[in-house]
Amino acid sequence: MKVSRRTFLSIGSFIVGGAAGTALSPLPWKLTDDLSIWTQNWPWTPMPERGEVSYVNSVCTLCPGGCGISVRKVNDRAVKIEGMKGHPVNDGGICILGLSGLQLLYGPTRIKTPLKRVGEKGQGKFKKISWDEALKEVAEKLGTLRSEGKSHTVACVSGSACGTVPQLLKRLLTVYGSPNFMSVPTMQDAYAVTLKLMHGVDACPGFDVENADFILSFGSGIIEGWGSTVRMFKANSAWQDKKIKVVQIESRMSNTAAKAAKWIPARPGSEGVLALGIAYMMLRDGLYKKEVCDSAAGFEDFRKTVSENYAPENIAAATGIEKETIESLAKEFAGAASPLAICGRGQGHTPGSQYEFMAVHALNALAGNINKAGGVFTVPDPKYIAWAEPELDETAQKGMSSPRIDGAGSETYPHAKSLLNRLPPAILSAQGECPVQALLISEANPCYTLSDTQTVKKAFAKIPFVVSFSSYMDETAQYADIILPNHAYLERLEDAPAYAAGLSKPVIGLSKPVVTPQFDTKHTGDAVIALAKALGDKVAAAFPWESYAACLEETLGDKWKSLNEKCFAVVEESIEAPLQFFKQECKPVFAEGDEKQYPFVLMPYDSIRLANGFIGNTPFLTKTVPDTVLRKNDIFVEINPKSAGGDSLSLREGSAVMLTTPKGSAKVRVHLSEEIMPGVIAIPRGLGHTAYDKYLAGKGINCNELIGPAEDSGSGFDAVWGIRAKLSSVSI
Amino acid sequence: MSKPVDHKKEVLGDGSGGFAILFFLLGLVASLIVGWVVYPKLLYSQKNQPVDFNHALHIDLVDEGCESCHFFREDGTYSGVPKLAQCIGCHEEVQGETKDEAIFVEQYVKQGREVPWLIYAKQPDCVFFSHVAHVKAGGMDCVTCHGHIGESASLKVYEENRITGYSRDIWGKNISGLKTNTWDRMKMDDCSECHEEKGVNATSVQTGKGACFVCHK
Ligand code: SF4
Repeated sequence: MKVSRRTFLSIGSFIVGGAAGTALSPLPWKLTDDLSIWTQNWPWTPMPERGEVSYVNSVCTLCPGGCGISVRKVNDRAVKIEGMKGHPVNDGGICILGLSGLQLLYGPTRIKTPLKRVGEKGQGKFKKISWDEALKEVAEKLGTLRSEGKSHTVACVSGSACGTVPQLLKRLLTVYGSPNFMSVPTMQDAYAVTLKLMHGVDACPGFDVENADFILSFGSGIIEGWGSTVRMFKANSAWQDKKIKVVQIESRMSNTAAKAAKWIPARPGSEGVLALGIAYMMLRDGLYKKEVCDSAAGFEDFRKTVSENYAPENIAAATGIEKETIESLAKEFAGAASPLAICGRGQGHTPGSQYEFMAVHALNALAGNINKAGGVFTVPDPKYIAWAEPELDETAQKGMSSPRIDGAGSETYPHAKSLLNRLPPAILSAQGECPVQALLISEANPCYTLSDTQTVKKAFAKIPFVVSFSSYMDETAQYADIILPNHAYLERLEDAPAYAAGLSKPVIGLSKPVVTPQFDTKHTGDAVIALAKALGDKVAAAFPWESYAACLEETLGDKWKSLNEKCFAVVEESIEAPLQFFKQECKPVFAEGDEKQYPFVLMPYDSIRLANGFIGNTPFLTKTVPDTVLRKNDIFVEINPKSAGGDSLSLREGSAVMLTTPKGSAKVRVHLSEEIMPGVIAIPRGLGHTAYDKYLAGKGINCNELIGPAEDSGSGFDAVWGIRAKLSSVSI
Repeated sequence: MSKPVDHKKEVLGDGSGGFAILFFLLGLVASLIVGWVVYPKLLYSQKNQPVDFNHALHIDLVDEGCESCHFFREDGTYSGVPKLAQCIGCHEEVQGETKDEAIFVEQYVKQGREVPWLIYAKQPDCVFFSHVAHVKAGGMDCVTCHGHIGESASLKVYEENRITGYSRDIWGKNISGLKTNTWDRMKMDDCSECHEEKGVNATSVQTGKGACFVCHK
């Protein structure tokens, strides 16, 4: 159609007029404003609901730090977690994990109903079942094993051994007839063995960090999450303000080392040797508290051993630290009024070697600062769980008298209460039937956190019946046959003994439900009681409580009321701790692998931005991980530029390489950093999940896949701190 | 050889110019009508409150003015629109004879259901607004922002912006955005106008932060 000039002009004029008129009307301005507001209100933009605001005080149980929290709620929705003011551990502070805990409460990784496995073990395929069916199935299986005289083949792995829920699980095993209750060991366990050997007491370590005036840290990540994160952050800031000197001995410059007054990069694994080298100087120069030590049992032997073996020349060679540095360290340490030596690598979530722990504790002993202001305290168990001894039937007695599967408490391992690291080899080396016929797992993720996870998974696949109480679909839950999901941490009532807070007095916390459970979950305490009741007879009789809540209230007795109000109770108890020097021969733990074949030492490192235990990273936490650690799904390992220029490999920032250890290989990227000793490769701990959800899975490598266990000769714990490794080129 | 074309004549001489002006005016008028009249009509949907309410009647019966019902909680937070609990003292049974009173008592009070009041002054989620900071600390009266609603005998129609979902009171009744009284609009500029004028230098009551974060989350 031909448009005539007149038509064209008319339309054009109309449009121009329309545009002019529109510009003179409020339409464009109002519409722009409205559209911009519209973009702010897209339905997928999260928005807190409106309503009445309230606060619920509770205790954070995402790590054993034991912080008090105050959770802000709008109606029944928790919207913000804050630190509880006036709490003895964290006084209003909170760590980044605790802060983002709502993502664990409301995130997609929760298990919403009881589940039964339908796929292969480890495949993660489940179908929903009801609580009645699930509990019945578990009780029937346990009942059958018991009637076949196999009660001792049932084992339990609990995240902790303290608190009513772990103790209920242990009690269930005892009356059922199995000695195989295990907990996930941490540096607290290595410290407990140390305190037992050097003071003869059953105690947890306390560190009076607030009153110490010189801190000598053997690789402890003071601001990396060691001990109780928030408390240590506060202590570290106070030290900076008061100009209190912190000396950090570590082969990599962690944040702690960077903030310390002095960073001494010692050869990895030589920390214990260095401590004894310092002890040598203190003994030689008479810089120790004679009135405390001279009369202590075993002191002369100790002095002799140290004088003969730890002369500065040897130490300098073993640690790579100059003699003069060691000398001045000894002087400074001994010269301070309240010096404090601490150990437990990084966050201390893995127990270290007994040799190292005892050596470091010996320094505190020499400085005479045990159970003194600014020193190390022997903190007794708060002993609030005082249930009547259960009556055992014949089967239970027989089961309880069989040896533990992990060897803990045996002649070889007299000190450890449990040795989880020995469970997988025990399963894999057994001939014939699997020595563990059923395994209960609560608040633990051994298929991710134990060294050499491939082997751990192989062992778990052999266990015929695995029951998980996890609230999350973690790596170990994927190996379960039945999952009895616990309420999430802000949904349940539970005691939370702050044994890892490291205060000088025992503190009991009470974790209170902040919101009502959102899904068809059950408190593990209630599930255990239900299982006991279903097993009947003496097993049932040992659990006289109607519910877990009733059990807890009865257990806490006269503490219940004040705990319910304040969420914490400081137990005014202390324990006499006479000093004795150890006689037992302990040896340092070395990195596995041949030096020639594997020229590097690979060490995992902890970061405050990566949760690496049973609780995985929240998406918020992952967002804070710098891209020199994780970029997209690629993990970066740190390496000194001096070691990067080897003949075949000239590595540059970001280069992809194959990292190989005696346990396996993984493709990683390289982050060149002057802040690590040459010859050492550091790999972040806490990445490489394969389970959970898309926010956590598939990001980087789990360092435990590359590292094998290194059993400590003294305690039997896995005291691995690294492994030998090599790098080879890889095509991208 | 062809004759040169007389362009001038061709443009003006055939009456096209008149048409152009006419259509220009048509376009202008049409768009002005659309912009000023049609658009506001289309933009806002009209909703009636679930129950009508007579502010004037109530204010005579209470002792403490607006705050009798729109009170501050003990911790300083503002209760906003009253909940049933505050009405129930007098309205357990039907008072008077109005239709709204009967609806209120039958459908809400007796059934324990809160009235889903439509809130004219509801601000976006990205802002903190603290009543206590303005009324108690700043000594402002309700009228400055809310106008003379306390004297009205009946609730006005609630107009909801179809694009943003906000009440028309935020932008203001006047579609041009111009205002005569302080209570005519409740946009950010209106807040800052007053903050600037008064030289407000306070930090956020909720977060203790300053600058943008005095009001914004
Ligand atoms: S330190 Fe541990 S207990 Fe404290 S807030 Fe952080 S995760 Fe929770």
